[in-house]
Amino acid sequence: MSGTFVGMPAFPEAARTAVGNATLRGNLRHATHTIRAKRARAVAEVSDWAELREAGRRIKDHTLRHLDRYLEQLEESVTAAGGTVHWAADADEANRIVTRLVKETGESEVVKVKSMATQEIGLNEALLEEGVHAYETDLAELIVQLGRDRPSHILVPAIHRNRGEIRDIFAKEMGAWGRPAPEGLTDAPAELAEAARLHLREKFLRARVGISGANFMVAETGTLVVVESEGNGRMCLTLPETLISVVGIEKVVPTWRDLEVFLQTLPRSATAERMNPYTSTWTGTTDGDGPSAFHLVLLDNGRTDTLADRVGRQALRCIRCSACLNVCPVYERAGGHAYGSVYPGPIGAILSPQLRGTASEIDASLPYASSLCGACYEVCPVAIDIPEVLVHLRERVVEGGPAVREGNRVLLKPARGHAAERAAMRAARWALARPAALRAGQRLASRTRRLHPRTLPGPGRAWTGTRDLPPVPAEPFRDWWQRTRGGEDETK
Amino acid sequence: MRVALFLTCVNDTLYPDTGRAVVKLLTRLGVDVDFPMDQTCCGQAHYNTGYRHETEPLARHFSDVFGGYEAIVTPSGSCAAMVRELYPRLGERARAEGRGDSLARALAPVVPKTYELTEFLVDVLEVTHVGAYYPHKVTYHPTCHGLRGLGLGDRPHRLLQAVKGLELVELPGAEECCGFGGTFAVKNAAVSAAMGADKVRAAESTGASVLCAADNSCLMHLGGTMSRLHTDLRPVHIAEILASTEEEPAV
Repeated sequence: MSGTFVGMPAFPEAARTAVGNATLRGNLRHATHTIRAKRARAVAEVSDWAELREAGRRIKDHTLRHLDRYLEQLEESVTAAGGTVHWAADADEANRIVTRLVKETGESEVVKVKSMATQEIGLNEALLEEGVHAYETDLAELIVQLGRDRPSHILVPAIHRNRGEIRDIFAKEMGAWGRPAPEGLTDAPAELAEAARLHLREKFLRARVGISGANFMVAETGTLVVVESEGNGRMCLTLPETLISVVGIEKVVPTWRDLEVFLQTLPRSATAERMNPYTSTWTGTTDGDGPSAFHLVLLDNGRTDTLADRVGRQALRCIRCSACLNVCPVYERAGGHAYGSVYPGPIGAILSPQLRGTASEIDASLPYASSLCGACYEVCPVAIDIPEVLVHLRERVVEGGPAVREGNRVLLKPARGHAAERAAMRAARWALARPAALRAGQRLASRTRRLHPRTLPGPGRAWTGTRDLPPVPAEPFRDWWQRTRGGEDETK
Repeated sequence: MRVALFLTCVNDTLYPDTGRAVVKLLTRLGVDVDFPMDQTCCGQAHYNTGYRHETEPLARHFSDVFGGYEAIVTPSGSCAAMVRELYPRLGERARAEGRGDSLARALAPVVPKTYELTEFLVDVLEVTHVGAYYPHKVTYHPTCHGLRGLGLGDRPHRLLQAVKGLELVELPGAEECCGFGGTFAVKNAAVSAAMGADKVRAAESTGASVLCAADNSCLMHLGGTMSRLHTDLRPVHIAEILASTEEEPAV
């Protein structure tokens, strides 16, 4: 994944910093609550939402079950339509392919449609190492790029910024990248959008190579689909002579008709729109219309490994709508950067540890970045049971067990740093399987209750740092029950 | 009907008043309540922290203790959800690991007859007027497992609205998690505490004197936050409100 996230601290530490940042908390609370409420209204309008959700789940599950077949069919269709298909096992291979394709055109600039796959592989950084400048054209991605920042949301990568911060970034940085921001730029949304429009227009008209991802790929026709709401994508997909699309292998759907489901559920879940503003579809190349060369780079990068896990594979259904981020109380307070990946929020917490494995500190901490409240599962338009996968990945972290990494079956060892917890859990299980042991523990707690400290040392401080402990009662319920014969002798 | 009270290990140890309230309430409604002395813990904390294999002996023990009763009632939404939703999953996973049907068969009997308290009252006993008296202004927090796991819907509200003297006020952002989340409360203490403080502030804004919920683990987190923030709110389990009468009012 993107090199920009290497060396991230574990989630709790990064989240603690974010929680203390009042501006960030305010920006995120305002933005997520606004989108959350709009989405709820847009979804409530659709009488057959539950059926659409189930249909989306089934289409994705069916495709994933026969992914080999549909990918080969897609390759045939794209090739027949005049495109060239490349297969990339990992980020490095995908970056090498794209860099080579760009260099073969003789160009040193590319314009980009917003794409999660290219963020995932760190394409912009890889291109720059080879002297190729990649310009982001999505408004929010532009803000992130100009601010030398990292995306913090799948759909709204600059959600952590407010208007004032955006104005400052535009005024200060645009000139170094191309057309500067107009003099006297204010933080009015229309002015900010106009500044970006003027800046980007130059890029669109000059660029001879466009790079995109895709929301869907249709196996039967070889058609790619990009769903966006600014029109910048349409410019990048039609104006350049060469178009290179980097797409995760799980984005394939069998037929054109399958789009019927997702083009209803995706816009309402993502931006609360009834119909998506700019939906671009293209099939190979057409003489005299649009790019004359089209390359499709199919990206694995941990997806086949994820597919091998019978519980975790449902994460591959994701259509990147971000509804789970917008509804997540943890994301709202921790912010997207704490997740150490281009995929933040609940979906990121189950995707990153599967695509990258659980070996790093940040990846091993992500499955715990949730209170398991279930709000994400409730809004997911393809019914990914995120809490189920989180718990499954927690098990992988603490117990280890069989998994597939880089195509090979491996037996994972438990992650480091869980030995004390594991011992405590075993001891608790031993005591809880023995009523007498539980009772002895309860009585000990009750008899010593006046000696209990108000604040705890060690791991207990995590609780008592912000919360008082409940007082321990004089006797546990079971002693009362026995003493009073179930309350019959209440006066005793 | 022979009904077992599954009080939960947390309530048994820390909140015996909730247990006494359930016994008082159900007895008043004519239910013969038993408290099987061998009960311990459903295994929820183990399961949710990733120790599924450690959970299995606890689930088997639960089934051994409660399997013979006609209904199992618990004043905890999350423990009820553990049995109803996750015990079947324990069985499925064991089967997928090539360990046969033994665990699934052992757990199957308790799954359909485990009820969260408000479900048992409204769906099984078919009562919403339980003869309670509680002259306080109350706001209700629907905990996540009750709301999204069990789908308790408006059952707790109907029960509370029927309580004499009780003024029920709506909690803003009620459906948002309080931030407890079991071990989440200590593993991600900063985020958990921020969620808890926001929930307490929302409850405070209603002007209620009591924040009510159907799960004492969430109330332990919120109550601990309330006393640290020096609010005038008190956390009270719904069972204690429903058990309170004019003759024997809860304070």
